[in-house]
Amino acid sequence: MKIEVTVNGEHQSYDVEPRMLLVHFLREVVGLTGTHVGCETSLCGACSVMLNGDAVKSCTVLAVQADGAEITTIEGLAQNGELHPIQEGFWECHGLQCGFCTPGMIIAAHQLLERNPKPNEADIRRGIEGNLCRCTGYQHIVDAVQYASKKMTR
Amino acid sequence: MPVSKSVGARIKRREDPRLIQGLAHYVDDIKLPNLLHVAILRSPYAHARINGINTDAAQNLSGVKSVVTGDDVKDVIGGIPCAATDPEGFPGIKVPHHPVLATGKVRFVGEPVAAVAATDAYIAQDALDLIEVDYEPLDAINSAEAAFADGAPIIHEDWDDNMAFTWSIAGGDVDAAFAEADHVVSQRIDHQRLVPNPMETRGVVAQYLPGKDQLNLWSSTQIPHLLRTQISVMLSMAENHVRVIAPEVGGGFGCKLNVYAEEALLGHMAKYLGQPVKWIEGRRENFLHTIHGRDQTGDVELAVKDDGTILGLRYTVSADVGAYYQLLTPAIPTLTGLMLCGSYTFKNVQMNLKAAFTNKMATDAYRGAGRPEATYLIERMIDVVAHDLDLDPLEVRRKNFIGKDAFPYETGTAVAYDSGDYTAALDKALKIADYDALREQQAELREEGRYLGIGFSTYVEICGMGPSAAMPAGGWESSTVRVDPTGKVTVLTGVSPHGQGQETTFAQLIADGLGVDIDDIRIIHGDTDTVQYGIGTFGSRATAVGGTAMVHAMGKVKDKVINIAAHLLESNPQDIVIEDDKYCVRGAPESGLTLGEIAMVAHVGVELPEGTEPGLAESHFFEPPNFTYPFGTHIAVVEVDADTGEVEIQRYIAVDDCGNIINPLIVEGQVHGGIAQGVGQALYEEAIYDESGQMITGSFMDYALPKAHNFPRFELANTVTPSPVNPMGVKGVGEAGTIGSTPAIANAVIDALKPFGVRHIDLPLRPEKLWKLMQET
Ligand code: FES
Ligand code: FES
Repeated sequence: MKIEVTVNGEHQSYDVEPRMLLVHFLREVVGLTGTHVGCETSLCGACSVMLNGDAVKSCTVLAVQADGAEITTIEGLAQNGELHPIQEGFWECHGLQCGFCTPGMIIAAHQLLERNPKPNEADIRRGIEGNLCRCTGYQHIVDAVQYASKKMTR
Repeated sequence: MPVSKSVGARIKRREDPRLIQGLAHYVDDIKLPNLLHVAILRSPYAHARINGINTDAAQNLSGVKSVVTGDDVKDVIGGIPCAATDPEGFPGIKVPHHPVLATGKVRFVGEPVAAVAATDAYIAQDALDLIEVDYEPLDAINSAEAAFADGAPIIHEDWDDNMAFTWSIAGGDVDAAFAEADHVVSQRIDHQRLVPNPMETRGVVAQYLPGKDQLNLWSSTQIPHLLRTQISVMLSMAENHVRVIAPEVGGGFGCKLNVYAEEALLGHMAKYLGQPVKWIEGRRENFLHTIHGRDQTGDVELAVKDDGTILGLRYTVSADVGAYYQLLTPAIPTLTGLMLCGSYTFKNVQMNLKAAFTNKMATDAYRGAGRPEATYLIERMIDVVAHDLDLDPLEVRRKNFIGKDAFPYETGTAVAYDSGDYTAALDKALKIADYDALREQQAELREEGRYLGIGFSTYVEICGMGPSAAMPAGGWESSTVRVDPTGKVTVLTGVSPHGQGQETTFAQLIADGLGVDIDDIRIIHGDTDTVQYGIGTFGSRATAVGGTAMVHAMGKVKDKVINIAAHLLESNPQDIVIEDDKYCVRGAPESGLTLGEIAMVAHVGVELPEGTEPGLAESHFFEPPNFTYPFGTHIAVVEVDADTGEVEIQRYIAVDDCGNIINPLIVEGQVHGGIAQGVGQALYEEAIYDESGQMITGSFMDYALPKAHNFPRFELANTVTPSPVNPMGVKGVGEAGTIGSTPAIANAVIDALKPFGVRHIDLPLRPEKLWKLMQET
């Protein structure tokens, strides 16, 4: 099936199998491998991307459902070589270890800060509960989101 | 340690820019021309005979290149190795053949039965549905107890029972200790089965280059070199024609410290198909067929005096090790044995272990690997003693602590603790917690029918693995440090970090040691064609052992640099110092030379002192003289909801002593993550197989990993007792959090339920269990 999507600002049309998952489309067809697969059952959040402004788990969306959509992946966050404040926060605060959950976590944080620019600690912990991290114990991720929140609302 | 600018600083990680921008390359991100995708058909039965396999329909599916079964590969791929089968250590051990694809019989749900290679991953999955396997189901065994029962079905028919191996350790005079005791305090303790669950599952890409007779194997592994050796044996290839690459690895926690069926199978398929192949494990497959942790159940007895002095310990335990051994399966419970005395002075100790084959996935090293069992057991039992004798659990600990002047200290199990000050860590934690106020608060809340609990864990662990003599597959580590002509430094390390941050901490050590900018240093790991042989990352060893190898290699480079500098500056080596990143004669910094200037001279080769080899690269292989023994005190404060049985962690205080600290930011991260995993074990996680051997907790829906809102902000602090085992004085911190936290949480929850007369509850402490207990009393 033919679909047209805008991924990280680039508009293009593709021919995809109807059963292809959005995450596989992004990784295999578009070639953006920053979005990861951790469970393929919508339970870990590693595959989170922004779809028309909402964070979605791209392992539970079909590529054809994204026809006409605007998608932002982790690769689309930094602008002109400048890290997004959330990325910066993750770096400054050691919000990652193995880094596998990180792209999805950053997308979840992005959504959270869009909805609530000044979240308190509990808001952050609730806001990222759909994303699993096995390495960090989450505390430095919370710090990273707080860092970004401060920077973005300054 | 030299005076440092970099070591000891909270330097943000150098590996992060690629990871936060989606620019890293994990196994699944590797693309090769003509890549085929492999899917694995796995047994749906825990125990069954295979009477036949028909692959015709799958073979005929468009896009399928090949289907292989156990019969196709049994003569060309050797068995999956186990490195811990020495009959001297494990008298009478049974070592079953462990095929990469089952033949004749399947022995656990998830065991690989056939593999499909196809042009597309979806087609490979489709083809699995077309393979017909004629299974004849057999009765399954889902516990050690069932395995040892009379008339139990036999899992490996070469033998007539399911006893895998026995192991024991004894020190002192246990019988005398029990004869002398005022009390014998006993408890059955269960260490439930756990699934490591790194967020990146396993994955393999294999490529065969016929012109070079070379196999390239990318695997999400913690041990690229050991894997290369084993793959070369399994595939009967020359080891120097096999290249293993651990690319970015998304967590391991021990489960990637192994050699798996798929690694050999894909190597074989790439070679015989003449096309590269990729297999990426699904999460369900990961639950079923990546090693599990723990799964011991045992009876503990402590011989105790009236005043709480512990005289001795007996532990009679069964381990359910699953259907086959993986790389280190039998070795794991031996680590439990080594650490049974914990932080305490008693030396009369005995552990007798029986391990059973069951119809489950193998157990092996999961974060902590054997030591969490020991620590949970002794720390839990201290509280049981306090309960039975009506003593304060803190006083029981203090009474039995090994004093700080006793180090190096030989335990009853003949390991030598390197250094320690257990009281200092405890005192510091109590101060942070404001312990007396907490007890008051607890008493007040109880009046209101609210149940606050305070739990301790004053752990010690065994790390920096380890002296080769005490390890199944070598315990040394390697490093090469080389300086390029322009002064850029490249380090090749035999360890294989996958989140632990050694690209940063190792660079910090080099920056200070050689007087070079941290951005001019590159740390390379995980490629057997590039890096000299090494052992890998596990057992909290990477910095203590791998870092030491690097520091020694760097020392050799530095000696040479200083010699050349002295020659160029017409001075003596002993007068050369580094000032402002320049090698100069003491007191004459203006004429100093940078590392780059000296490196260029070393490579041009004309102005060298007589007898000096050109070039600037040195290697070192470090054999540690001992393990290291980090320790600390963790205090958990929890509230158990009387209406729901839910546990809320209100505070978590961790005072850890991992020796000297190279990067506090990274150490904190390791402790946080470790605590979270130990809390998972205490409160949420359990791999459950039902009677028919089906795993009923095989997804994140049924197996609860801790989430962000399950935790309060951890309150961390350190004491610093340097280790004498290595020149940096570091101990290792990868597992401390996991080892320390499980008993702290368990003790806190049980303390909270003291008004209900609760003495012990097995983990995980899920709400329904606690709620029922509260209802019963
Ligand atoms: S991969 Fe999509 S939620 Fe886990
Ligand atoms: S950083 Fe490894 S899973 Fe989050």
